[in-house]
Amino acid sequence: MSIHVQDVEHVAKLARLNLSDEEKERYTEQLNAILKYAEKLNELNTDDVSPTTHVLPIRNVMREDEVRPSLPIEKVMANAPEEEDGQFKVPAVLE
Amino acid sequence: MTPLEMSISELKQALTDRKLSASELADASYRRIAETDERVQAFLTLNEEGAREQASLTDGRIAQGEAVDILAGVPAGIKDNIVTEGLRTTCASRFLDNYKPIYDGTVSRKLRDAQVVTIGKLNMDEFAMGGSNENSAFKSTRNPWDLERVPGGSSGGSAAAVAAGQVSFALGSDTGGSIRQPASYCGVVGLKPTYGLVSRFGLVAFASSLDQIGPLTRSVEDAAHVLQAIAGYDKMDSTSADVSIPDYAEALTGDVKGLRIGVPKEYIGQGVDPKVKEAVLAALNVFESLGATWEEVSMPHTDYAVATYYLLASSEASSNLARFDGVRYGVRADNPDNLLQLYHESRSQGFGPEVKRRIMLGTYALSSGYYDAYYLKAQKVRTLIKQDFDEAFNQYDILLGPTAPTTAFRLGEQIDDPLAMYLNDILTIPVSLAGVPAISIPCGLADGLPVGLQLIGKAFQETTVLRAAHAFEQHTEYHKLRPQL
Repeated sequence: MSIHVQDVEHVAKLARLNLSDEEKERYTEQLNAILKYAEKLNELNTDDVSPTTHVLPIRNVMREDEVRPSLPIEKVMANAPEEEDGQFKVPAVLE
Repeated sequence: MTPLEMSISELKQALTDRKLSASELADASYRRIAETDERVQAFLTLNEEGAREQASLTDGRIAQGEAVDILAGVPAGIKDNIVTEGLRTTCASRFLDNYKPIYDGTVSRKLRDAQVVTIGKLNMDEFAMGGSNENSAFKSTRNPWDLERVPGGSSGGSAAAVAAGQVSFALGSDTGGSIRQPASYCGVVGLKPTYGLVSRFGLVAFASSLDQIGPLTRSVEDAAHVLQAIAGYDKMDSTSADVSIPDYAEALTGDVKGLRIGVPKEYIGQGVDPKVKEAVLAALNVFESLGATWEEVSMPHTDYAVATYYLLASSEASSNLARFDGVRYGVRADNPDNLLQLYHESRSQGFGPEVKRRIMLGTYALSSGYYDAYYLKAQKVRTLIKQDFDEAFNQYDILLGPTAPTTAFRLGEQIDDPLAMYLNDILTIPVSLAGVPAISIPCGLADGLPVGLQLIGKAFQETTVLRAAHAFEQHTEYHKLRPQL
């Protein structure tokens, strides 16, 4: 399986990244090298092996749905690049 | 002896006896930083005002005869991916250049409660992705043993600051070796606890199924004291383990009689520098002379660990780093036409090349049509790797090998070859995938550079790992070696 510049463009779009032509070329080359290396996993038969998502034997961790104090709005907004009236400001979503 | 050379228990004694004050200790730390950090480049942000305030508060309490924690007044550095309220936290990324957290991570709060004096925030590879600190957006930390060499990574600033005697201890984080490998390169002690032992709340997530916070120190005993302060269940981290926490310092008996050590033959095979191997085999003789036994064991899936790790860690990273969107904090691109462009531009400007590379790899591995072939396959191989450990631990109490295949490499030597860089972690990654605890301790020098010995234990058996490491330390002088700066 090898990937082409078009695949890199598609993945960049999914990852919400803009890449320059030079970056696209470099990542195509480097991702191919890394994925080629990763193909060694296919030497192992894993048909009857279950996946490990997590090493601890913890399942759903539940808690009571209790109301707790929220952070004050000034603190929440402290790092906002742009805010207005205690809300995060972004460009219009709907035209 | 300067106060920063003293162990944590010696500091506690000196502070209690009023031979030394926390304020003098903070002064000594900043003085040492002023003398050395232009060369070492370990710190990203200093916390002078906050540190002096904390120190004088602690001095006041001691003066009043109040009983304080063993870490009270001790100067420490914190890796810059652990959030500290009001203190700039960048993850060494342009994206978070101006980010001041509005809350403390659990470990930061625990250190604050123990009255630790936080000297500043330490450099790292951007978002903890890398093994040399060359991926920091701000600066490359240097190895105090040889300023032309890397300190390792990603907790390179943490390891270098401890090795340079700038702080008594530092916190780091380890996803695939990011505490142990820099500890090895810089000749200090680095402990990666069992996954889940230390809360990850307030650790900026890289790969959530692997990330774990731990101490970097100049002795095993110091590591035990710091672990005591930060370990424990936390309801703010649903993956934290609800286990009882033993007295770690009490476990340091010096007795390893009858300890069964397994040496994975894959860990001392091809690719391991002969001088590194020699130091590790010499360490086995020390253990043998203390009454431990050892034999070779096979961990047949070791060779698959790096590929497994890069697929899993990058996949998790691509998901975790989706939060950096330029809306709530961090970089925002100027004048985007629409929301989608705001995301694209902000992320492209904020992230460095290695972070983009891993986001790309992870996004690809998780994308439709490739999920089974890469992500699911890697999760299955992770099971096989974990089984290697389960089987070995049926026979042995400890597994032992080098921490890294080589000593510290030169700056720039591997930066253009991501795969070569990834292979430095070949001996630490399997441990991370299995989730078990491991420590790196100094076990000698090769051509003047420190060699790290890795001791790996069963899940939640930090006491066994610390006891074995401490016994070795008691009978060797390697941990007393210091770089000439």
